[in-house]
Amino acid sequence: MTETTQGGAVGVKPPPSPDDSLSPADLAAKYGLTVSGARPSLPQYVKQLWGRRHFILAFSRAKLTAQYSQAKLGQLWQVVTPLLNAAVYYFIFGVIMEGRKGIPGGQGNYIPFLVTGVFVFTFTQTSVLNGVRAISGNLGLVRALHFPRASLPISISLQQLQQLLFSMIVLVAILIGFGNYPSLSWLLILPALACQFLFNTGLALIMARLGSKTPDLAQLMPFITRTWLYASGVMFFLPYQLSKIRAEPWLGDLLQANPAAVYMDLIRFAVIDSYPASSLPPHVWALALGWGLLMGIGGFVFFWKSEERYGRG
Amino acid sequence: MAVAEETQEKAEIVQQADGPPAQKPWIPTVIAQDLHIVYRVYGGAKGKGSATAALNRIVRRKPGGGVREVHAVKGVSFTAYRGQAIGLIGSNGSGKSTLLRAIAGLLPAESGHVYTNGQPSLLGVNAAMMNDLTGERNVVLGGLAMGLSREEVAERYQSIVDFSGINEKGDFITLPMRTYSSGMAARLRFSIAAAKNHDVLMIDEALATGDKKFQRRSEKRVRQLREEAGTVFLVSHNNKSIRDTCERTLWLEKGELVHDGPTEEVLKEYEKFTGK
Repeated sequence: MTETTQGGAVGVKPPPSPDDSLSPADLAAKYGLTVSGARPSLPQYVKQLWGRRHFILAFSRAKLTAQYSQAKLGQLWQVVTPLLNAAVYYFIFGVIMEGRKGIPGGQGNYIPFLVTGVFVFTFTQTSVLNGVRAISGNLGLVRALHFPRASLPISISLQQLQQLLFSMIVLVAILIGFGNYPSLSWLLILPALACQFLFNTGLALIMARLGSKTPDLAQLMPFITRTWLYASGVMFFLPYQLSKIRAEPWLGDLLQANPAAVYMDLIRFAVIDSYPASSLPPHVWALALGWGLLMGIGGFVFFWKSEERYGRG
Repeated sequence: MAVAEETQEKAEIVQQADGPPAQKPWIPTVIAQDLHIVYRVYGGAKGKGSATAALNRIVRRKPGGGVREVHAVKGVSFTAYRGQAIGLIGSNGSGKSTLLRAIAGLLPAESGHVYTNGQPSLLGVNAAMMNDLTGERNVVLGGLAMGLSREEVAERYQSIVDFSGINEKGDFITLPMRTYSSGMAARLRFSIAAAKNHDVLMIDEALATGDKKFQRRSEKRVRQLREEAGTVFLVSHNNKSIRDTCERTLWLEKGELVHDGPTEEVLKEYEKFTGK
């Protein structure tokens, strides 16, 4: 009693009680205290994440608008950047290196073929590149506030999806300019993009975990995604180029089954009228869904496994 | 159960004798047990920073190539109880903020444990916001990240802005945060974080932010939060604000807990130590 009144209005140490003999862990258990910052179970984690869905959405939108807020042209860059990319690839691969040859449906299809490819590939590429920095680039936020960390990579891939939808406006204009008018087959974009979004999110989650441990990845990844770009047939038709160098057929199958190529081919097939189904790899929809589910679920679990360790260092 | 009731009675006697704040039985809200925190810092390695030196380190597999370990908190143990306001003092770099982050579960412990009641919230002036975004957007995002619903954010938006006083000199809330002065930014961050009630609340130097008027306003808000919250931790270099707010104080020095006791007692020693 004396001790309780000594330190002012409230005491500092409790009066003697049976609790004194308890170890800290038992004391914590008795009063229902839990380990601070422990990793929640997977179902709990999903629930928490669902609770923050508005944050994820708002964060992705905010990042999207923040991206070009210092530029004079502002949000116009969201459309101009992929267009400039396509223009560079057109000049180098279409004009100089004659990538136009062998495009399904004839050389006149090259620009829609290229632009679709660039836009769709950029979606995956930037999800990877920004995913690496999802945790390490937002350490301030991670260390200041409590929220399921997966919110960050997920909102990054959501941000890229919104970016892609902007680019789609340009794509539609180009497609119409080259005589591809909207038809029912365009609806195939939706399932294809849904699978790609799932795939990208999983990949961003994986990269975020790796990038939080090994910041060096941010330096390395641009080279890897560029190699991936060339190996996926963004600016040329893969089977044609491979047949030119007489590559083994399994190499062609392998490259065409890679997720970036699968999603690109599907969307090209959906929007370009004269793009024949025969130029798609076999079992293409199964591949698209399989890659999406594999990466989406695998990446999520992989990221969750390390949830309590983000923000160290 | 009988024990709990007995202590409750005692606590009530205390309350009658000394008036507010309202006291409940001695219920622990935060238990730290032999807590150690180690930071791993890249790019802080001693030696030459050249590429050849880095390669040399990798080839020779020298431990900690490019990584340096900083042992920030060394074996701290204490138990905090509901209704307490606890001050944390110590010189710069003594591990106060690190300890708070660990209690909040934002930094993983190297060894030892922290047990807490519910989810402790850290209310710091350093909480990063997005500088490219407008203050408006930051308020909404910060609220959502803290776990408020969209309706709650919309409801509290005006009071957050009014509390921060950002709009007192014109419509600044719609400007990007990078255009704010450091005081304005800190005030907005504090206002956002203080918009929510917390079980265990930790305040990191927030009271030192802003002008006199804002300081008074934030001290009032902290007292309010303390009444609603179970336990309040306060880090401050201002001994007066510790005296005004806290009855118990922990003194950290070089990551070790030097003293844990009634504020007056600890502060007296601390002031002797700092030569005040």
